[in-house]
Amino acid sequence: MSPTSTATRAEFCVIACAEAWRDNGEVLASPMGLIPSLGARLARRTFSPDLLLTDGEALLVGPDGTAEGWLPYRRHLALVTGGKRHVMMGASQLDRFGNQNISCIGDWQRPDRQLLGVRGAPVNTLNNPVSYWVPKHSARVFVERVDMICGVGYDSAAAAGPSATRYHRIPRVVSHLGVFDFETPDHTMRLVSVHPGVTAGQVQEATGFPLALPDEVPFTREPTAEELRLIRTELDPERRRDREVPSA
Amino acid sequence: MTDKTMTPEDVVSRLRSGMTLGIGGWGARRKPMALVRALLRSDITDLTVLSYGGPDVGLLAAAGRIRTLVAAFVTLDSIPLEPHFRAARQRGAFELREIDEAMFLWGLTAAAHRLPFLPVRAGLGSDVMRVNPGLRTVTSPYEDGETFVAAPALRMDAALVHLNRADRRGNGQYLGPDPYFDDLFCAAAEEAYVSCERLVDDFGTALPQTLLVQRHTVTGVVETPNGAHFTCCVPDHHRDEAFQRMYATTPWPEFAERFLSGDEKAYQSAVQAWHEEQR
Repeated sequence: MSPTSTATRAEFCVIACAEAWRDNGEVLASPMGLIPSLGARLARRTFSPDLLLTDGEALLVGPDGTAEGWLPYRRHLALVTGGKRHVMMGASQLDRFGNQNISCIGDWQRPDRQLLGVRGAPVNTLNNPVSYWVPKHSARVFVERVDMICGVGYDSAAAAGPSATRYHRIPRVVSHLGVFDFETPDHTMRLVSVHPGVTAGQVQEATGFPLALPDEVPFTREPTAEELRLIRTELDPERRRDREVPSA
Repeated sequence: MTDKTMTPEDVVSRLRSGMTLGIGGWGARRKPMALVRALLRSDITDLTVLSYGGPDVGLLAAAGRIRTLVAAFVTLDSIPLEPHFRAARQRGAFELREIDEAMFLWGLTAAAHRLPFLPVRAGLGSDVMRVNPGLRTVTSPYEDGETFVAAPALRMDAALVHLNRADRRGNGQYLGPDPYFDDLFCAAAEEAYVSCERLVDDFGTALPQTLLVQRHTVTGVVETPNGAHFTCCVPDHHRDEAFQRMYATTPWPEFAERFLSGDEKAYQSAVQAWHEEQR
């Protein structure tokens, strides 16, 4: 597949997440979860130096952790609606049009499994770009229809009208198997690249709906030597990334 | 000068079953836990609770005090899913009005401004509209003609918040990095009760921006050291992660029996005893 690469699957995931923030300019990168967080910090340390990042609470911080600004929740919510932000959220379910669920599994009236609740997924998806990170790609996550639409997908936004579509965009989905987007005529999910060691067939098999497939599916790009050094020695020397995505 | 100091019991004596109650803080952060514990010692029930939910919701749900919950989420932060909230929801123990975080903020803001609603883009296209059939939209009268969700005002009978410092008149100060929305909760409520880590005579040379809650929005002030426990109240105390983990994994009757059968002082002693056992 890619015999020259020394990068692990988790490191390809970090690279794939980092790429979400390429060419985003001076916006807040809001990664949720470890791998997206490593990706956002890697992007800022390399090809997207103007990104803003928080300490996970109320401070905007530089690469060394020193504060450069104040962003408590109330200002964060204003920033969301101002649009200068690109968030990468998790997803308990995600469907072929990008509708996302983190609220509950089963009938909403009496759920089989209560999860977090909608959180800020509705406001995020209607106001600033929202990407998703799924550490375990399976047909339980990538479903035909989500049980509760928290993050708004392309079909739901279109049905809700111009106020819903005006700022709606889902740039990419990253899973432990590959990278996806919605750049198809009907905005259904498309396989953009597979991580080395993964085949398009495996991805389709782990997905609960038919994926749009390019004629030839490329591999997710290799990390550069400098990117590998940053990930391994500065951003995650304790290799926490391997616990979220074990090597294939 | 009106001295508004009272005990947690005084606060609870002014609350009634069936009330709409707002609870400040966020998730497992600076929650008025001592006031929630006082509520649990009363027989007040049938509450409509408005909260950026954390263990405040978990405790009240486990004890069966909630009729309706208005929330965007319930979490323990370091433990993403609140087990008692989950269990109560899965057995259909209360009605949920599940709204987006921003709709909640604009609902509080509308109530504080005595407006019936404020327009938000959030909610359109999501199942928040499906599960809240009472939500309405509003169309801009200007040339854009855009349609928004009319986030209804979140008015409440009473609000409970916890701050780092307060004076006897009801002015409250936060010392951590985030004010959350406690000032809005107080302004949106008919009556508001502020518990604090420490009562002060004045705020000395405090930065004025830290003086979050104003006395004209506050009915009562309670000094409850460690009163946000086990949520965080930095810089006075961090979240008690070990205790929270135990809370999240202990069957409710066992937890309630050991920690919630006495008054606040008994609670704090029981917490200390538990920590000593863990050494």
